Amino acid sequence: MSKSLNLFGGAAFGTVAVLTMAVNFADRNIAGFPENPPVMTAIAAPVVSSGLIGAANASTGAGEGKFGLGRVALPEEIAAWDVDVSPDGTGLPVGSGSVEDGEMLFSEGCAVCHGEFAEGVGNWPKLAGGEGTLANDDPVKTVGSYWPHLSTAWDYVNRSMPYGNAQTLSDDDVYAIVAYILYSNFLVEDDFVLSNENFLEVELPNADGFIIDDRAETEYTIWRTEPCMENCKDSVEITMRATVLDVTPQEEAAAAQAAVAQTAAVTEPVAEAPAAEAAAVVAAAEADALDPMLVAAGEKVFGKCKACHQVGDGAKSRTGPHLNGIIGADIGAVDGFKYSKVLAEMGGTWTHETLAAFLADPRGFAKGTKMSFAGLKSEDDIAAVTAYLASFQ
Amino acid sequence: MSDMLKPSRRAFLRGSAAAAAGLTAAGAARANVPDPLITEVQDWAMSFGDGVDASPYGLPIQYESDVVRRNVEWLTADTTSSINFTPIHALDGTITPQGCAFERHHSGAIELRKEDYRLMINGLVDTPLVFSYADLERFPRENHVYFCECAANTGMEWAGAQLNGAQFTHGMIHNMEYTGVSLRTLLTEAGLEAAGDLSDKWVYVEGADASSNGRSIPMDKALDDVLVAFKANGEALRKEHGYPVRLVVPGWEGNMWVKWIRRIEVTANAVESREETSKYTDTLEDGTSRKWTWVMDAKSVITSPSPQAPITHGSGPLVITGLAWSGHGAITRVDVSKDGGKTWETARLAKPGEKMALTRFYLDTEWNGEDMLIQSRAMDETGYVQPTKHQLREVRGENSIYHNNCIQTWHIMPNGEAENVEVS
Repeated sequence: MSKSLNLFGGAAFGTVAVLTMAVNFADRNIAGFPENPPVMTAIAAPVVSSGLIGAANASTGAGEGKFGLGRVALPEEIAAWDVDVSPDGTGLPVGSGSVEDGEMLFSEGCAVCHGEFAEGVGNWPKLAGGEGTLANDDPVKTVGSYWPHLSTAWDYVNRSMPYGNAQTLSDDDVYAIVAYILYSNFLVEDDFVLSNENFLEVELPNADGFIIDDRAETEYTIWRTEPCMENCKDSVEITMRATVLDVTPQEEAAAAQAAVAQTAAVTEPVAEAPAAEAAAVVAAAEADALDPMLVAAGEKVFGKCKACHQVGDGAKSRTGPHLNGIIGADIGAVDGFKYSKVLAEMGGTWTHETLAAFLADPRGFAKGTKMSFAGLKSEDDIAAVTAYLASFQ
Repeated sequence: MSDMLKPSRRAFLRGSAAAAAGLTAAGAARANVPDPLITEVQDWAMSFGDGVDASPYGLPIQYESDVVRRNVEWLTADTTSSINFTPIHALDGTITPQGCAFERHHSGAIELRKEDYRLMINGLVDTPLVFSYADLERFPRENHVYFCECAANTGMEWAGAQLNGAQFTHGMIHNMEYTGVSLRTLLTEAGLEAAGDLSDKWVYVEGADASSNGRSIPMDKALDDVLVAFKANGEALRKEHGYPVRLVVPGWEGNMWVKWIRRIEVTANAVESREETSKYTDTLEDGTSRKWTWVMDAKSVITSPSPQAPITHGSGPLVITGLAWSGHGAITRVDVSKDGGKTWETARLAKPGEKMALTRFYLDTEWNGEDMLIQSRAMDETGYVQPTKHQLREVRGENSIYHNNCIQTWHIMPNGEAENVEVS
């Protein structure tokens, strides 16, 4: 370990150097670098693994143009990460799923954003419909109308969905959900079962709707010319103004809105029943007593909720209601949010206990809730996320 | 040009007239009363400012708090799968500070520690490998400045002038100096004998976040100039830009610059993932769509004056400035028009254009309160001339979403305000 010794040996020298530098700064007389510093003219010849490099590194060996870095990827590791699926079916696992099962899975895990019939909710993607619209002014691009390959749908559902809870579906569930998406696009019947066996038999309507980038022929030949500098047009008229549309974010407007919201927040509790105030006081007291570590852990857990719920400054109701002040609030009572019947009519208050029960088993606690979340398995996670939410009172 | 730079007596008088007309003139021409900022000793000239370490990692001074990324809320359903915009209207030079460089996430900006970072290379390679972050730092490094532009930059403007500000119309771009290892080096380490003929092979690159964003890149590009980068502008990448390691694909659309890159697979074919079929494909007027439109064509925009950066100084000398870039190589020339494209003059490049990097241009001119329709037009080393929106629409229609590199027009009004317009 002579290297280490050298490093420590350099410490005393280092102190001297720092002192010298201080003097130099004072004098503004910093020694220049050598005028012709050595330059690495070529990449250093690869170092062959030596004893310093661990056995795992050495196992890769080092050959021509190689450095002997990294280690061999194990088959289990490749299997865990290499799951992409190609149009020819490469990468597709053995399995199957029915439209019928897919409908149930879709309703539970996907419909909250994509709609019960894959028609899309708000700004979330539509997955069905849009046939024959691609040449229209506003084409509707869905799996049925636009996507060229079924493999893409399978691959995307498998690796990226459900949003906020990705990479958790079983292969059979993915087959079932993809089968349901096909069904919602009227591409298969309701008794259809999709499997690795019949996967390549399904053709999507827009499979031939794509061409490879042809700009080199259709555009570059026209636009690689000497440009006009004078008398390029007879007249110039303004034909359209962005201010007419008025869709640019306006900061003044946003600030005004926030001010209005704040006024509302201040005045509302005054008008409310004393019971709510008392609840708020209790909640505030609880917030004071929150364990910061638990709150921090809860923030991480809340990552699972973020796709639908906002909390904190400026939080708004989106797919789910905003959660500011949720502890101590009446159940199903965030202004302006359209709740499922069960939560709207449940009554009662969100306490640490009721919230924990809801989070452990949303559909058990409130059968028919629109919240598609499966629930938190770990009690620690529930305690943490409840503490995190309680910190926004 | 040199005449224009010389302040003439006429221009001087015009400047005074404009000031009298109520424009916010700088007042350099004539002062009637002594300036108290000069004649009175100011607080900052008497007492101390902050000591060192007041801010171990410094942020911009409070007076620059408006120079920030901004989001257009109605564009997307949620900020975890969304984009915001670089305040290009307020920046100068070419390097984008990381803290205000636009962000695009498909499942939010994750926090991945260097210690937990792994990069796998597999597929048609001789030896599938796993690298740690520390391993990557032991390969020979390269430094390059490149622009990263989202393919959807200016995408909201296809059907007409829509967003009133250079930040919103052109802010899906940033330009940084990257430090990293060439992808070629890493592929060589894994060995490409197994891939056979490389000319028709691909690499599929994939991120570690929940979106698992993946793109297919042809092997010749992968072996050319693609970088596996871990530093930007000298410091670690920000989490929103893929800390600890992202891919840099010079001149090609930003979606391919996979963040938190965890896997590189050598394949026989393109994977045709979601982001290269259902998105980042360009639909033409007849309903067919172009795919694999990777290169960002030459483009430019005047960043000031512009709707968020109006002229506030009245008549006289005016600096018109902007940015130009091309995914095909270096910018060689930028022309500026003040009359909506009837006549053009060639702007001054701050430095000779560099390949696949932003180039800053200036037109040092004079303005006397007249209406102007200002435009910029970039040319790159292939001789490509940035087209007008009409020219683009003739070939593509209005539904392409991506790759809108049209000439932008700002209408400068007599009061110095600017507006995003389209002209005939």
